[in-house]
Amino acid sequence: MTQTATPPPNSYRAGPDEGGHFGHFGGRFVAETLMPLILEVDAAYRAARADPAFQQELDGYLRHYVGRPSPLYFARRMTEHLGGAKIYFKREDLNHTGAHKVNSCMGQILLARRMGKTRIIAETGAGQHGVAVATVCALFGLQCVVYMGQTDIERQAPNVFRMKLLGAEVKPVTSGSATLKDAMNDAMRDWVANVHDTYYLIGTVAGPHPYPAMVRDFQSVIGEETREQILELEGRLPDSLVACIGGGSNAMGLFHPFLDEPDVRIVGVEAAGDGVETGRHAASMTGGRPGVLHGNRTYLLQTDDGQITEAHSVSAGLDYPGVGPEHAWLKDQGRVEYVPVTDAEALAAFQATTRLEGIIPALESAHAVAQVMKMAPELSRDHLMVLNMSGRGDKDVNTVAKVLGTGAGGMDLEGVL
Amino acid sequence: MTAPVAPTAQGPGLVVNRLDRRFAALRAAGRGGLVTYVMAGDPDRETGRRILDGLPGAGADVIELGMPFSDPMADGPTIQAAAQRALAAGQTLRATLDMLADFRRRETETPVVLMGYYNPIHSHGVDRFAADAAAAGADGVIIVDLPPEEASELADPLARHGLHLILLAAPTTDASRLAAILVKAGGFLYYVSITGITGTRAADQTQVADAVARVRERTDLPIAVGFGIRTPEQAAAMARIADAAVVGSAVVERVAAGDDPLVLVRDLAAAVRAARS
Repeated sequence: MTQTATPPPNSYRAGPDEGGHFGHFGGRFVAETLMPLILEVDAAYRAARADPAFQQELDGYLRHYVGRPSPLYFARRMTEHLGGAKIYFKREDLNHTGAHKVNSCMGQILLARRMGKTRIIAETGAGQHGVAVATVCALFGLQCVVYMGQTDIERQAPNVFRMKLLGAEVKPVTSGSATLKDAMNDAMRDWVANVHDTYYLIGTVAGPHPYPAMVRDFQSVIGEETREQILELEGRLPDSLVACIGGGSNAMGLFHPFLDEPDVRIVGVEAAGDGVETGRHAASMTGGRPGVLHGNRTYLLQTDDGQITEAHSVSAGLDYPGVGPEHAWLKDQGRVEYVPVTDAEALAAFQATTRLEGIIPALESAHAVAQVMKMAPELSRDHLMVLNMSGRGDKDVNTVAKVLGTGAGGMDLEGVL
Repeated sequence: MTAPVAPTAQGPGLVVNRLDRRFAALRAAGRGGLVTYVMAGDPDRETGRRILDGLPGAGADVIELGMPFSDPMADGPTIQAAAQRALAAGQTLRATLDMLADFRRRETETPVVLMGYYNPIHSHGVDRFAADAAAAGADGVIIVDLPPEEASELADPLARHGLHLILLAAPTTDASRLAAILVKAGGFLYYVSITGITGTRAADQTQVADAVARVRERTDLPIAVGFGIRTPEQAAAMARIADAAVVGSAVVERVAAGDDPLVLVRDLAAAVRAARS
């Protein structure tokens, strides 16, 4: 080495601190009754992480039950169609239960078992996380209670039935706006009242510490596999990563292993609903401001008076008024770009992916595809872009049919393609 | 009538205001106190103002004034609904502070504790909130979702403005956590008598008595017991165990039903006053 290396920038992967802070985001903002439980989860998680047997057990289930590693698939026709960057899909949609959610559920259920908990509670919006939780509870024979907003129960009937088939009790939530944020409130209320036997299995990189860090760690298998796979396929790291963000767990899972790679451009896609300017959206970083909800400080959709407002998105999985605190920090650090994509753009991308690749993406993932469709044409052909195909879209076909009409099968896609 | 301002923020012990005087007076009189909770602006601003005005005369020794929040995670259905009624009627944090300032024009002695969740205060700005709450005549603040680990950012501005940050302890709180809570606790310690949310189930009096005794060994702070106290009998039992009993959901239910909540408050106060005699 001919020159003294300048001190490396602070790693973007070092957080959170012991109290769960990413900069001034994150932390533990919960009622005192819950604090001891959260500290217990933290201690149990740290012990599990340090135990090779835990990792080995998790790896076994991920491989043989979830079906990992998920493929990194070269999307040839989409690449040719867009005429720019070389596009890969990380196929989380091929996991058991059809989305990335199961990665964290598997890790957390093994943790809950280590802790001797016999009752699992969870919140769900679209029902994807609820289905994944019900699945792992069935796998291990644990009692499962899923809180779901009444509004969501009505618009996600197939997933409600799926959860019930798997043996879960689905508790309708009618308080507040009767959506995901209210389901999370009720799950926390349940936890406070059932502190001894119950584990709260949070679905995203949000909530009080250790959840944001723990869910990120369990989801990081996405990015770690991607790194190995792209090195094998292309002999180098990708130039850019794109993923959608509701709470942000699939995105964090893909991004985190690459945060300290300065040449990798990282783009998170928020749901802009009818458009950020309309106020009917779910883009908490683009259109919200910092606040405290559900145990952490992060960007939130809120009124001038600090009341939480409802999020709006065609994708129920992105329909949340907050975002994981590590994303909030990465936004303020400027390490990750966060951009909005509207319902209309996502629906067009949904159709394009279906027709070009024979893959029906989840509406959540379609938001990321829409961003890829904006970026890729401007980039050179040797630009490697990885999109996280976070889930499959079978659950969304009714929603899409309602928006586009059931004639969509024969529709003219000229405007889309 | 303005709360005294501590010269420097060196800890909660420096703040002395109506709350301290009231608990000292209760101890001197050898009786337990009644803390009543009402949601500001529930069911509407004018009715809420009349209820607040009536509380001292009905026998409330300390008033907890709820600041409505859209997502009250520690509260049961009764307080959730009260918050929604108040918000639907246009209540804001500013309106709650104005309501308190108006109340202080007529009532200068009864301590008022503002109780709620952190986000509206965070949104208002903690320094500005501390100044505005002090100017309005508040004596303390309880923020349910602000445990001691995260409390400094609000505790320091409150102390500078002569307000107590009142912390909570719960059945799940172990000895080491209790010690950490007591270091930062001001005004009184709020003992949550059940593992659960507000207004849902009654506490086991023996367990509460044991827990309060354990806290007493470690602090001279007054102890108020709340969550799950609904009837005059329950309030009297808690007033024998602790310095004060907190009644919230049962009072708010009367508001929701369109009844006069002060009737219940008078019954509660009579029971609490007679509890130790």
